[in-house]
Amino acid sequence: MRYSGFRIIREALTGHKGWGPAWRDPAPRPAYDYVIVGGGGHGLATAYYLAKTYAKARIAVLEKGWIGSGNAGRNTTIIRSNYLLDGNEPFYELSMQLWEGLEQEVNYNAMVSQRGILNLCHSDGQRDAYRRRGNAMRLNGVDAELLDRDQVRAMAPFLNFDDARFPIKGGLLQRRAGTARHDAVVWGYARGADRLGVDIIQNCEVTGMRIEGGRIHGLDTTRGFIGAGKVGVAVAGNSSRVMALAGMRLPIESHVLQAFVSEGLKPLIPGVITFGAGHFYVSQSDKGGLVFGGDIDGYNSYAQRGNLPVVEDVCEGGMALMPMIGRARLLRMWGGIMDMSMDGSPIIDRTDIDGLYFNGGWCYGGFKATTGSGLCFAHLLATDSPHPTAAAMRFDRFQKGLMIDEKGVGNQPNLH
Amino acid sequence: MLIPHPLLGLRDAQEFTYLGDAALIDRPDGLAADAAGRFFDYGYLRDNPAGEHRELWFHEQGDRSWLVVTRNITTHEIVRVELARDVALARGRGR
Repeated sequence: MRYSGFRIIREALTGHKGWGPAWRDPAPRPAYDYVIVGGGGHGLATAYYLAKTYAKARIAVLEKGWIGSGNAGRNTTIIRSNYLLDGNEPFYELSMQLWEGLEQEVNYNAMVSQRGILNLCHSDGQRDAYRRRGNAMRLNGVDAELLDRDQVRAMAPFLNFDDARFPIKGGLLQRRAGTARHDAVVWGYARGADRLGVDIIQNCEVTGMRIEGGRIHGLDTTRGFIGAGKVGVAVAGNSSRVMALAGMRLPIESHVLQAFVSEGLKPLIPGVITFGAGHFYVSQSDKGGLVFGGDIDGYNSYAQRGNLPVVEDVCEGGMALMPMIGRARLLRMWGGIMDMSMDGSPIIDRTDIDGLYFNGGWCYGGFKATTGSGLCFAHLLATDSPHPTAAAMRFDRFQKGLMIDEKGVGNQPNLH
Repeated sequence: MLIPHPLLGLRDAQEFTYLGDAALIDRPDGLAADAAGRFFDYGYLRDNPAGEHRELWFHEQGDRSWLVVTRNITTHEIVRVELARDVALARGRGR
């Protein structure tokens, strides 16, 4: 069924009895050409682009819970392409362009809203760094504007412009950035992939990998053995656990990141705003809640819940940036598990095992990359060669000294 | 989280900074023939288990000792805390 305005009118007139499930719930077949492990945004996007480009293959997505129940359902929904380094920026810009066409592409309302992202700077040195980043973005054909203090004030008059310790000196604005509805992204890709013949198999946890003679032949799962020609793993947060089934150790630590949403408020914040003197970012959802977050808790964790000191730290950042946030009540908070990599950048690469491919290490920037990650991972799976925009995101960059370290803090994952 | 410091009793985790896996105590020999490969392992690869994890915490806001904390990282439960110095000596390091 194709969704359209006409369809909504027709269903409204006939009692909404014609809507069916958006995707099938198939039992696993004995074998597939491609098996994607992980039914989050990245895995489903990979299956979608794989099926769209190579429609004749048998493709399955395995998910241990329900689709979108991991980090795809736990992020702060920000999409942007404001990176500095050449290894990153073309990839994130590809992702941004895919976001711009996503809803038409998958025929699903993902509520992509290009409301802009404003990174505030609070010192002359930080402004220089933002100018450099803005220039790097423009060299890659991406929009970036450096705003002065008065332009920031015109855009967001509610910010604390009287802060003597961290005065707002200006900001770097990317107007094409914004937010998207995280669940709808998962559902849109799931429905799109399903319509192209992909089997989405939920409640199916991978418990083992059958590897013989350096080649993967299939996966043991809680729903039995599933044969596979090629296996793509996209399970960020649990990458180390899953790849340990193949005997691999990764340049990744798992850390918990918390996010928060306030009660619903009238329209207040024009786009996404980040505080440059602390780690705090905030946007407003279409329902009205202020969605915000800050630093990771900073120690290894698979717990999907964080501790109170970081809650306090995030709220202090919010109060320093926009004191009026103190009048809003916190509605919900939650934690997700991040693949924190050794240089803060992701990995989309082959492994030393034939037929086994890896996508992970997204740190806390995976949501914005959902579209590009899916396309590039599908490209790698299908062609055995990296997509040009993701060619730097390789495993061996740590051995070769080709790190993509945006912050320049080295191999200390909790600092990225 | 409260960390039961072997000398100071229960201390708030906020007084500490976190380094990572306690395997970092076992720094490879820089003069070994395969030093480059070993340092790659040491610097970049982690077990990252979902369960008990031995890890290094530095009591920066306290007595500035390094601790080896054994913690279940699926529950945040702290199982055991040792002075990193004792662990390093037991593993044959000079200090």
